[in-house]
Order: sequence, then structure tokens, then C-alpha cells
Amino acid sequence: MSFFSQLLQYVFTGVAVGAIYGMVALGFNIIYNATGIINLAQGEFVMLGGMVMISLTTGLKVPMILGFFISVGIVTLIGAVIERGAIHPLKNPSVMTLIIITVAASILLKGGAMFIWGKQTYTLPAFSSSTKPISFGEASLNPQTIWILGIMAASMIVLAIFFNFTMTGKAMRACAANKLAASLVGVNVKLMVLLSFALSAAIGAVAGIIITPVALMDYDRGTMLAIKGFATAVLGGLGSNIGAVIAGFIIGLMESLGAGFISSSYKDAIALLVLLFVLFIRPGGIMGTTGEEKFKK
Amino acid sequence: MLKIRNLRSFYGNLQALKGISLHIEAGEIVALIGANGAGKSTLLNSISGVISSKRGQILLDGKDITYFPPQRIVKEGISLVPEGRQLFSPLSVMDNLLLGAYQRFSIKKKTQIERDLERVFQIFPILKERRKQVAGTLSGGEQQMLAIARGLMSKPKILLLDEPSMGLAPKIVQDIFRIILRLRDEGTTIFLVEQNAQKALEIADRGYVIETGRIVFEGKSEELLGNREIVRAYLGRGYRKVWE
Ligand SMILES: Nc1ncnc2c1ncn2[C@@H]1O[C@H](COP(=O)(O)OP(=O)(O)OP(=O)(O)O)[C@@H](O)[C@H]1O
Ligand SMILES: [Mg+2]
Repeated sequence: MSFFSQLLQYVFTGVAVGAIYGMVALGFNIIYNATGIINLAQGEFVMLGGMVMISLTTGLKVPMILGFFISVGIVTLIGAVIERGAIHPLKNPSVMTLIIITVAASILLKGGAMFIWGKQTYTLPAFSSSTKPISFGEASLNPQTIWILGIMAASMIVLAIFFNFTMTGKAMRACAANKLAASLVGVNVKLMVLLSFALSAAIGAVAGIIITPVALMDYDRGTMLAIKGFATAVLGGLGSNIGAVIAGFIIGLMESLGAGFISSSYKDAIALLVLLFVLFIRPGGIMGTTGEEKFKK
Repeated sequence: MLKIRNLRSFYGNLQALKGISLHIEAGEIVALIGANGAGKSTLLNSISGVISSKRGQILLDGKDITYFPPQRIVKEGISLVPEGRQLFSPLSVMDNLLLGAYQRFSIKKKTQIERDLERVFQIFPILKERRKQVAGTLSGGEQQMLAIARGLMSKPKILLLDEPSMGLAPKIVQDIFRIILRLRDEGTTIFLVEQNAQKALEIADRGYVIETGRIVFEGKSEELLGNREIVRAYLGRGYRKVWE
């Protein structure tokens, strides 16, 4: 394979993986903006999205599209239940308490998943399994990558419309900007926190479903996805959604190029190196002036 | 209209209000003056439900609203323009205003909200010019106007203003106080908290003086302005010179 085809091949892989990291990072951002906490169960939402989809479509033979929406719905509900069960009842909890609660939630969800699905790895047929890979010279583009990018773009558009053009979306942004003022104009801040959990569970689930056909899924995938998604969110500037998408592609590309040209054994280290690097050099991330301020607090 | 009976508020073990009683009648401008840390903001925050740790009674038109959460209080018709503006800085001026109407937002009320928006733009023409601008980039005076305008968008019966003149140039303070008078004339009852006691009492009908969580004086504005002790304590040096 020529160098150029090889490069192109790695770029295709990197873009697909990067899109997923971007979506996981978006999930982090949504909850971070509403509550100031890092939800360490974010990776579990991704894992659950994939797993529930697998059970529905290959186990219960539910059609793909229907299965997609049911899976997202179920995981959304799980996100909401976590908020109502573990976050909502607390009166004036500290950010640290909340983060530890999300760790507990993560362990619980992972344990639950292992109990239900066992330790084996599952896969999902590609969304257009009949379509052959599209070749560019010797490199080939997996049609699932197009699905991933398309669905990611669609999710981004839906989110952008929600946050910019609906009153509820504006209220969520208002909460992120100033909780006191939000409650003074009549926003139920606690309800917005619930919504943020539901929303980031939903976007996590979508990411999990679209990645499974190319990356497979097992009960233990969430942790690594969360770490990489977190690195992405930090690189993009915590709280910045555009930053998350750009950073997702950067980390995805670095990872696949690094794995291809250097060694695949360093693949998982790259995101962590980026994370450390950003924290040392530019803690606000690429899009983050606000992030920087928040870090200083 | 608004009646407060023996209100006591707490920050943990610290008692910031030690039994406040006051009343505000429809159509009045009532001023509350006091030094730093006297408990002025605490009182407003207690009324608007931000502070929930309290005892006593807050009645709005006879209805007990003491323990309502903030979002219920706005619905009942009390709107607080908090100290330090507290805008939604990354959002546009327009979004700040629309969010002001959040508690009554629905498709049905859309035209009504648009009408209120027009009214607010009439009072603050500068905000109409700046409606697409991000709130955080407005000047201090514009930010205060936006804060008041946002408070008005909930169509309050009573508007609570916490130090609207803070940090503003005299000319702008003048504008803001003129607007407060106008709002009263158009039917909004005003409870005005100020350290700028002179100015506040000039436009107010009545005033209360608060000191370390207690009301120590109350009366008509002229009475307060004519009271030597109050003048000495709250109206500053310049004013005293005129007097002596
Ligand atoms: N969040 C808080 N926690 C603990 N104590 C507080 C808190 N906020 C205010 N206090 C205390 O309560 C008392 C009253 O404060 P408050 O903010 O109501 O004063 P103020 O009259 O509004 O003063 P200023 O003119 O400076 O705004 C002060 O002694 C203050 O230190
Ligand atoms: Mg104050």
C-alpha cells in the first residue's frame, strides 16, 4: 500500500473515532454547563447505548431504526433516573460529592451491564451492511463512517437548534451562565439539571450505537471512552461544544495516525498525553476563555 | 400589597435579619437604605425565595408566600433585579429579555410577550439597538438597564431593585432613577434598595432604614431627609455641610 493510501486509511479511521470522542465530550459539556460537575458515568451511557441496541436488534429482532430510538430512549431514562435518584435528593451538595456520586453510578452501571450481558464482546451489523466499502485508490472508506459522521452532524444540528432556538434550551444556557438569575426569572434549576442528565445520556447512547458496528462493544468499554471523551472535552475547552467537535477530530486523528505510523500499543496513551499537555500549557482548551476562568475558580 | 412580619433570615448560624416588619402599598416607591452588610440584599433575597432559611411571614395581597421557591415568587408577581446585575452574560440582549418572561412563556402568549418587549424597548431604546449583542459586552449602565428590563419582562406587580445605581456614573444614575419614577407612574410598585440614600429618598414616597438586620427608622421620605441623625449616618459629608 502506498504511503498516501495508508495515510488516507488512517485519516478515515481517525475521523470516525474522533466523531465519537466529540460526542462523548458533548455529553460531558452538557452536564458540566448545567451543574459544574464532570459526570464520570458518561462512558457508561455510551456503552449502554451500544449494548441495549445489540439486545434489541439481534436478540429481540427489533428493526434497526426502531431499535435506535428505543435504545436512546432507555438510556435517556437511565440518565434521568440517576439524576433523580442520586443527585436531586441532595441539598447543597459540593461539586466533589457530586463527582464521586457519578463514579458510583459508573461502577453500578458497569456492574449491571456485566450482570446482564456477561463479559463477552458483541457486535452490531453495519447500518447499511449491503453497501461495499468505497475505495479511494488502495484505501477504503467504510460506509459506517459516513453514517457516524452523518448522525453526528444531525445530533449537532438538533442540539444547536435546541440550545439556540427553544425556550427550554435557552433556559439551560441561562442556568449555565448564572444559576441565581435563572431561578429569579422562574427557571426551575433542578429540572434543568435533570434535563442535562437526560440529554447527555441520549447523546452518549447515540454515540454508542453508531460506533458499535466498527468498534464492537462490551460492558467494560465505557471507562476508556469516558477518559478519551474527557480529554477531548478538556482540549476543546470544557463547556464548548464547537471545541468538543474539533478536539474530537484532533484526538481521533492523532490516535489513528500514531497507531498506524508509530505503534498501536501507544494508542490509548495519546489521549492522556494530550490531556496532560493541555492542562499544563493551556488549561482553557482551544475554545476556552471561559474554561480558563472556570479553572481558576 | 406586600407585608412582611417579623422576618428573620439565617446564613447557617449567622442571623442576618433580626425581625423585619414592613409594608409596601400599591403604587408606592419605598426605599430601603442602610450601610454595607446591614442586610438589605438579604431582605430582598428572602422575599424572592433565594434564601429559604427564614422565619416569619411574607404576605402578598394577603397570600402567604414566605416559603415559595423563587420560580413561584416570580409567578406571583414579584421580580428581583439582583445586586450586581447578574445577567446571562454569554447570551444576547434579546435572549436575556425573553428569559425574563420565562415563567409565562408559551406559544399562546407569544404576541403578548412581543408587546411587552416593545414596551421595554420603548423605555430602554438603547436595548433595542443592542438586542443582538452579547449581554456581557454591554457597558455598565446598559447592563443595569438590561437587568431592570429583564425584571420587567415577568410583568411584576412589585419590582425589587437591589442597588441599581451601584458603580454607575452620575448621569446614568440620573437616567435610571428617572426610569424608576416612570415605571411607578405606569403602575409598577417599587421597592428600592440603595446605599445612595439621598437619591433614593428623593424619588421615594416612604423609606426604611436598616441597621444590622433591624429596621431602625421608618417614615415619609421628607421625614427621613429631615432627620439629623439619618442625614449624618447615611447621607454623607457633602450633605451635612449644607445642613450645618
Ligand atoms: N452568603 C452569605 N453567607 C454568610 N453570610 C452572609 C452571606 N451573605 C451575606 N452575609 C452576611 O449577612 C449580612 C447582611 O448582608 P447583606 O448582603 O444582606 O448586606 P447588604 O445590606 O446588602 O450590604 P451591601 O450594601 O454591601 O450590599 C452581612 O453581615 C453579611 O456578611
Ligand atoms: Mg447588598
